[in-house]
Amino acid sequence: MSAAAAVPASAPPVLGLHNIRKEFGGVVAIEDFSLDVRAGEVVALVGDNGAGKSTLIKIICGVYPPTAGRILIDGGDVRFSDPSESQARGIQVVYQDLALAERQPVYMNLFLGREATTGPFRRLDRKRMIRESEELVHGLDVRIPSARSTIRDLSGGQRQGVAIARATHWASKLVLMDEPTAALGVAETQKVEKIIRGLRERNLAVLVISHSLDQVFRISDRICVLRRGVQVGVRNTRETTNNEIVSMITGLQ
Amino acid sequence: MAGKLAQLRSVDPSQYIVYVGFVLILIGFSIVLRDDGFLTTRNLLNIVQQTTPVTIMAVGMVFVLTAGEIDLSIGPIVAVSALLASLVLRESFWPLGAAVGLLAGAAIGAVNGVLVAYVRLPSFLVTLATMGFLSGVARWITDLQSVPITNDTFNAIFGAGSLFGVPSLLIWTVAIVLVGHFFYHETRYGAHVHAIGDSAHSARAVGIKVDRVRFSVMVLSGVAAGLAGLLYAGRLHGARYTLGETDLLTVIAAVIVGGTRLNGGVGTIFGALIGSLLMGLLNNGLILMGLSVSEQLMVRGLIILAAIALTLREARR
Ligand SMILES: Nc1ncnc2c1ncn2[C@@H]1O[C@H](COP(=O)(O)OP(=O)(O)OP(=O)(O)O)[C@@H](O)[C@H]1O
Ligand SMILES: [Mg+2]
Repeated sequence: MSAAAAVPASAPPVLGLHNIRKEFGGVVAIEDFSLDVRAGEVVALVGDNGAGKSTLIKIICGVYPPTAGRILIDGGDVRFSDPSESQARGIQVVYQDLALAERQPVYMNLFLGREATTGPFRRLDRKRMIRESEELVHGLDVRIPSARSTIRDLSGGQRQGVAIARATHWASKLVLMDEPTAALGVAETQKVEKIIRGLRERNLAVLVISHSLDQVFRISDRICVLRRGVQVGVRNTRETTNNEIVSMITGLQ
Repeated sequence: MAGKLAQLRSVDPSQYIVYVGFVLILIGFSIVLRDDGFLTTRNLLNIVQQTTPVTIMAVGMVFVLTAGEIDLSIGPIVAVSALLASLVLRESFWPLGAAVGLLAGAAIGAVNGVLVAYVRLPSFLVTLATMGFLSGVARWITDLQSVPITNDTFNAIFGAGSLFGVPSLLIWTVAIVLVGHFFYHETRYGAHVHAIGDSAHSARAVGIKVDRVRFSVMVLSGVAAGLAGLLYAGRLHGARYTLGETDLLTVIAAVIVGGTRLNGGVGTIFGALIGSLLMGLLNNGLILMGLSVSEQLMVRGLIILAAIALTLREARR
């Protein structure tokens, strides 16, 4: 996986969201949300519980259709009807609930949906998957007993590591992360932040949800604030302050 | 002592308990029935052949349960496909009869599959309803009459025939178990069956076509039951609406005792084979012991209960 060539400044953003609206049976979860994310850029999405952050990510990758609005990838309109279609465009997600198959081994989870196979019957190439999983997990410094361990025998942090390893391995354009460090210790959190910086160096676009403002200020280029389904503003991380973001999140001065 | 116990508990018993149970029951019957011809090649081969239809349905059921679904309609599928095949065999040559039997199973499985995967109804209720409906169909097709099969080729291939001295039912058992094992454990399809039963939501999130896989396991189970119907018809030289009537419990017991989990994501084909042979062994041994039919049913029920209780202890971990 090589870093893409430098993108001219005039290139369209990797992800464009225009006037996205989402209702769940009459309840408005997202109201008129717009945002661009460019290649090589990390945008943090912040907001209180229930603000609509996870819903937004699920709309981008095709879990839910938007009620209204446009989604553009590389400047072209898309309408993903399920996540396999967004994956085919190089988009990967670390879901808040991780989306792991608990009773399957780590290596099967890393390759779930894109298993290495040989021959006409698509026979699983387990050796290769195990070998590549071990390299991958090792490269990301995720400490797990073995690539053959069953997910449900892992700790919460180890599981999160597997989900992050899976997304970062397969992404070639855009990574969406829903609270990727929620279950992680201090050292592991630092590693994930390093991984995110690595994605930026690979010239991928990253949209990351986090409740830790310290973290947001460490890793992001821009911060987008969502309050009760409304996009209340986007700030350049270097030009804003913790206080400004907090007051945007809460709506209090 | 406590450490050893903890170590023992951490081993998943559901995967090997069937083998232990199998050997124990084999030894038990061999001692109790040593003068009744239990431990003869002929009797053991007989057991394998008698359990062939159950084994084949068990292979289908492993796929269904692993995918997080269940198929309660296999019993009457057996009867319907056997009856249709034997009706066709009255007029026509054997490949057509066999094809009709298999297609009937596939078609019924496809109806189940559409209702489960695309209409999104729970498979338990869907197949409960098709089970009831098809029991009616099986009685209605020939108005409760049995249909004899006089086609010797059909009866040889699906019944008492043999190839190079190997009984055809044994060949069917080995072939279906090996093919089932291959697709279940070794292929991408099998991996997706595991994934959707483990977590349909996660499988969908990584791009697996959950509905398609769900549909396919219901069809697979239908075809397996259709083949079981042909094998009954071939062995008995005819079909009757009662065929397969009592097999559902045996198949599910065989599969669960064999180490497949009722709630999806985990299973084994070889375990199901051993589970099925275990059921056959019980049947055979209890008959040889001279138990009455009512006693056999009670003892079998208790043994199945004990086996399932032992197997499922792990689930509560
Ligand atoms: N499938 C759904 N059906 C109905 N309502 C939903 C559904 N998913 C989310 N919602 C509602 O939409 C709103 C936004 O939820 P969402 O999960 O996006 O919040 P969030 O910002 O990710 O919160 P958190 O920080 O707690 O993860 C909530 O009010 C939630 O109840
Ligand atoms: Mg959320």
